[in-house]
This record gives sequence, structure tokens and C-alpha cells, in this order.
Amino acid sequence: MAGFPSRKPRNPLAAEDAIAGWLFITPALIVLTLFVFWPIFQVFRVSLFEWSLIEARGPFQGFGNFRTLFQDPDFEIALRNTIWFSVGVVPIQTFLGVLLAVLANRAIPGKTFFRVAFYFPSISSSVVIAVIFIWLYQQNGLINYVLRWLGFGTPQPPWLSNPNGVIDMLLGSFGVDNVTPWLAGPSVALLSIMMMNIWTTMGSLMVIFLAGLQGISEDLYEAASLDGANKRQQFFQITIPMLRPVIFFVTTLGFIGTFQVFDQIFVMTPGGSPAKTTLTLGYLVYEEAFRGFAMGLACAIAVVLFAIILSIYFIQRRFIRESGLE
Amino acid sequence: MASILKRGQKQGTGPVGGTKTPAERTIEAIALVVLIFVALLMFVPFAFSIATSFKTSPEAAQLSFGNMFWPREGVTTAYQTAFDSNIQRWFLNSVFIALIWIAGRAIMDTMAGYAFAKMEFPGRKFLFLLVLGTMMVPGIVTVIPKFILLDDLGLLNTYGALTIPFLADAFGIFLMKQFFESIPADLEEAARIDGASRYQIFRQIVLPNAIPAVTALTIFSFQGSWNSFLEPVLFTVGAENLYTLPVGLANFRAVYNTNYPVLMAIAVITTVPMAIFFVVFQRYFIASNVASGIKG
Repeated sequence: MAGFPSRKPRNPLAAEDAIAGWLFITPALIVLTLFVFWPIFQVFRVSLFEWSLIEARGPFQGFGNFRTLFQDPDFEIALRNTIWFSVGVVPIQTFLGVLLAVLANRAIPGKTFFRVAFYFPSISSSVVIAVIFIWLYQQNGLINYVLRWLGFGTPQPPWLSNPNGVIDMLLGSFGVDNVTPWLAGPSVALLSIMMMNIWTTMGSLMVIFLAGLQGISEDLYEAASLDGANKRQQFFQITIPMLRPVIFFVTTLGFIGTFQVFDQIFVMTPGGSPAKTTLTLGYLVYEEAFRGFAMGLACAIAVVLFAIILSIYFIQRRFIRESGLE
Repeated sequence: MASILKRGQKQGTGPVGGTKTPAERTIEAIALVVLIFVALLMFVPFAFSIATSFKTSPEAAQLSFGNMFWPREGVTTAYQTAFDSNIQRWFLNSVFIALIWIAGRAIMDTMAGYAFAKMEFPGRKFLFLLVLGTMMVPGIVTVIPKFILLDDLGLLNTYGALTIPFLADAFGIFLMKQFFESIPADLEEAARIDGASRYQIFRQIVLPNAIPAVTALTIFSFQGSWNSFLEPVLFTVGAENLYTLPVGLANFRAVYNTNYPVLMAIAVITTVPMAIFFVVFQRYFIASNVASGIKG
């Protein structure tokens, strides 16, 4: 965030600006106050009440909604699924984004073509992509067709209706059975949605990282090679540290995006099916509010979600600060 | 990101110096092959859905190498079925809502961004930090209070619910502020000496120079409105005449969940306007990812 520009000592418009400035921001300020500032305040307030969709505000609950929440098995399931979703998607998409950017940061032909191809999924409607992938993941869909052609087996039941935990399946093949729900890993169904998300995002991350790579001065590499650093050393000692602010930015946005995942669940696996293995916190907010008509409880989930995202943000920022870069 | 907007993409630097060793050439060839493979991976789902939209249901269910990306007959029945539903209405709703978002943000974000960049008024710093702080707040967190407020205002299930909350946005204000800060002061100085007021300076000098930034803002607004789903789906429950294309598609999927050619036809119709926009303005889109990432 750039600082404010230094002012000239005498501004002939200063008196006028005091009023005109407010007039200029007033239209935007009204919209933001009603539909951004007020809702942020209100979500905390509603979370403290029993607040039904039909009867509006009920009695004050204090932290009653939060107590209900922490005893609700669905909340634990949703929290678990959301964490798996996030920690699966964010590092992988970031890694692939960096990898593709490094590969593309050479004089390759057809730059515009690649940029369009990689970027297109991220500007398409999430609903469109979800519907396309429902079709791709069908029993007789393209993904199974390719797997069979390559001689691999296909998951049974098919992708989006398969509730088996992937880590559980993996351990099972080594004879380890009955792992706890937290260790069973995302279900095949959730994994399918995670892979779709990675597919959607990695290209746009590549473009962001590419811009970051091109901002690194060539002099740094020249100085390093004069000092006898080989390519690998240059990559880990120069490229990665220089990209760290971009990585911070991209992973922060990644966590914000994945922790609130909703559209894909709504379209692909309504109700968090199969067996609630795709039930996420974002979807649970929707279910409690618009299926259970419990606005207070839904806002309590939203507050927890908000707190998690803010914590991740501050932990990451601290991590970046301590590594001496900002 | 603002710098990307202004200057466009820089050329790839890559290894400097004209001479390349055979090892470097091999690495570059491998890199190119990997990139082509991943680019294909990006195109295949779209190509496959376009092909499916021109198939009959039985043919779509019978996948083979021959008909994977090229239908055997090429029928338009799926599109006819799509047009028999309410899709024209959804399309017009999406266009109408996009126009309102674009107009609202072009006016309000531009004015606010200019004020934050160039004007001195009490509370400026505090208000800008407040605006900036809200960019991190996920949409799902505030959607219920928004719903309650729209209900109180009697705006649920109206076009108002789909437009009024989005007439201004924090990212757009931030973007415009960044842009206006990059305009040199000399430009306004001359007019100032001639005794022009703030309004005259803004209208006659600043706005004509702000066209590239407003274009970028327009693209982000279009992308945001065209793809928005969470709010439209919750604010127009059961009001089919207010559905936008994504909401219509999601509902169609919930009702006719196995008619893939029709689903793909609606997906294609939803995507084509965005695709055209993208190809024409692809340079600007790169910075927009930042915006969509923030909004989730």
C-alpha cells in the first residue's frame, strides 16, 4: 500500500477540498456503509442472538450460539472438511503456479496464446466450471474414459459420490485400518472438487508469479554467477526469496478463497453429499441460515470463519516479517 | 498490480546473451512441451463441453475417440431446449445487472478514488484504511446481515437486491486511488493557477486522462457481476424472472441434473460473452485476478 503523497505546503484548493472531498466520497461511502461496514458489525451482533429468518430478532444468547456450535457434530465435520480443502489446495496451486511461471519465464514462442489459455479458467463463472466438471467426473465421463484408456482403475462409487477418505484408503492398502475421522483425509468427492479448484486457479497464479519473476533485477543473477553460484543456488537464494512477498499475497488470497468455498459445493454436491464429506463451513453458514432458518447460529459460524481467516493472515504476515521481507 | 495495468506485460527476460548451450536448449524444449501440455489441459474441459452441447443425449452418454471433441451428427436440440426455458430472460438480467454495476462503480469508485488520492479533507486517512480493511472480508461472512438488511428495506427478490449493494466496491476505489496518484501534479497545477475549481479540474482535466483506468475498472465490474453467484442465488430465491445466467444454470442443474447436452449449452451461452470480452481486453484481465481473489 503506497503511502500518501507529500503535500505542497500551500494548496490553494485546501479550503474547497475539505468539503469537496467529502462530497466526492459520499456516494461510495453510503453504499459501503450500508452493505459492507454495517454487515461486518451486524454479523457479530446477530451471532449473539437467537435470530430466526421468520420471526427476526429473538432473545439475547450471549455466547450461547457458539456453545451450541462447538457441540454440533456437523460443525466439526465442516471444519475438518474445510481445513483439508484449504491445506490441500493452497500449497499445491501455489507450487504449480511458481513452477509454471519459472518454465514460462523464458523466451518462449506464443506468449499471448499461453496467457489466454492459462488465464481463461479463472475468469469463467464458478458455476459453469462446476457444471462442466460434474460432467467430466461422471461414471461415463471424460476423466474415467481417459483413466480406463491409460489402463488405470476408476473410483467406485464414481468421483463425486464417493465418501471414502483418501488417506484412509491409502493406509488401508498397507493394512492400517480404522483411522480417526480427522486422519481419514478428504473424501474422494472432496478431492475431486479440490482438483477442480487447483485446475481453475493455477494458471492465473502463474501469470501473477510471472510478473513477479520479471520484476527481479538481472543484476542479482549476474552478481551471483560471478560469485560462483550455480543455477540451483540462484533459484533458492535469489528467485524464491524475491518472490516471497508475492507468495505471501497469493497464499493469503488462497486461504480467504478456499475457507469460504460455497459455489462448488452448492452446485456439485448439494447438502455436502456424500455422507457430509463435502460439507464446508461456507456451506454450513448457508444451511443453517436458509434451511434451518437459524440466522444467529449461521452468523456465529461466519464469525468463527472470519476469525480463522484473520488468524491465518496475521500468522503469515508475522512469518514474512521474521524472514526479513515485507 | 497497478503497474501491470499501466505498462502492460513486460517481455520475458530469460537467460541473457544470445548464445545458448545445448543443455539450455534442451531445458527450454522440455519447458515448452510441459507448457503446451498444461495449456491443453486448460482447454480440454471447455472444448469437451462445447462438443457435448451439440450432441444428442444418447450420443453424449456414448463417449468414444471419434465423438469426443466432434459430434457425429451435430444437432442443435440442446440449444433449442435451452431457449425453451427462461434463458433469454436470464441473459438479459445478467446484461442489465452488469450495466448497472459498471455504471455505478465507474462513477462512485472514480470519484472516491480521486478524492482519496488528491484531496485533503478531514478523516481521509482513517476512511481509506477502513475501506482497505474491508477488502479482506470474505463475502460469505457478511451475506446474512446483507440479506437481513435487504429484507428490512423490502428489496429482496427485486433488481435492487442484485444491484444496489454493488454500486461501489473497496477494490475499485483502491484501484482508482492508485491510478490517480500516478498522475503528475503539473497537469492540475496549470488549471489551478488559472483559478479552476476542483469540479472543473476533475471534469475537464482528470477524467479525460483517466480513460484507461476506468476501462480496467469496467472490466473488473463486468467480470464481477457476470460471475457473481452467492448473492444472486440467495437474494432471489424462487423468483425465476430475476435469475442471472449462473443462478439459472445452477437451478437447471438441480432440476434436470442429467441432461448434459442442455447443461453444456447453457454453460456455453454463459461463457461466450465473457470469452469475447477476455480476448478483446486480455491485457487488462491480468490485474483483475487480484480483485476476484480478494472478493473470493
